Amino acid sequence: MSRAFVMLAVLWLGMMPALAQEAQLSDPTLEQRARDLSREIRCVVCQSQSVADSDADIAREMRTMIREQIAAGKSDADIRDYLVARYGDFVLFDPPFKASTYALWIGPFAVLVIAGTGVVLYFRRRAQEPVRTRALNAEEQDRVAQLLREKEDGA
Amino acid sequence: MRRLLFLLPILIVAALVAAFWRGLDPARDPSALPSALVGKAAPAVDLPGLAEGAPRLNLAAFKGKLIAVNFFASWCLPCRAEHPFLKQLTAEFGVPVIGIAWKDKPAASRAFLAELGDPYAATGADENGRTGIDFGITGVPETFLVDQNGIVRYRLAGPVTPDGLQNALAPAITEARK
Repeated sequence: MSRAFVMLAVLWLGMMPALAQEAQLSDPTLEQRARDLSREIRCVVCQSQSVADSDADIAREMRTMIREQIAAGKSDADIRDYLVARYGDFVLFDPPFKASTYALWIGPFAVLVIAGTGVVLYFRRRAQEPVRTRALNAEEQDRVAQLLREKEDGA
Repeated sequence: MRRLLFLLPILIVAALVAAFWRGLDPARDPSALPSALVGKAAPAVDLPGLAEGAPRLNLAAFKGKLIAVNFFASWCLPCRAEHPFLKQLTAEFGVPVIGIAWKDKPAASRAFLAELGDPYAATGADENGRTGIDFGITGVPETFLVDQNGIVRYRLAGPVTPDGLQNALAPAITEARK
């Protein structure tokens, strides 16, 4: 029981975001801002992790930089602009809506609309098609009669 | 119109094939990032000199000259590999190289240069890595070509190789000298 608890505690410590283990700002609201912002900034080496989650050297430096700039009274937008000017929109996990990112933002919805239209058209057309019927020919009538006879015999 | 609709799947497949083909290109590096700094003014650099007793490194002192700014570190293996080609950059193309030791202890950087030779026209120590972030580097080595007006003309992420020197840096140098 206690061993399981220790293992869980170790696991939990391992999962703590890297930034919880560093020097923090003394003002908790500013520290919270620094953490929120770190979560929005992509680590440029690991790319699919945020700066807050990454243990890379450069991510650590960026967290420190974000804290310093916040402490110096810079707004979140200032810091974002600073990083975008150096690393491009890529550095933001929530990229802005502009010409170069239209495909990124609109693409999935465009695919959904096209596919949805296709499905609707398909079913509408099918519903409109008349159900074709025709009389049975002689051979088929014989087969039906034979099956009915077999059924009667069996019963 | 109905007839054209039949072509649609073929067109979609063709577009997908083109996209995947591009993705399979061995020369494409999916983790390469576009540099946001190319075409903009190089960030100001004001760092303590690396060599003992050296003056501070300030990029403004090189205004009017085409220079290369190279970020390196003694702990970085590719920096060792690119080292001879930095000398070539100065010897063959006449471009002075400014070395910035990124996130490295100055004593270690000095030992690195003492061992391999110093290819740099000037050096600075960026111990906390802030100047590197100013340049938008993602690691070391990285080399920036800064023109006479202080505008960044080219960024080479990763080591300078003979291939990169001839096919990437050389054309960028010619372009910047125009």
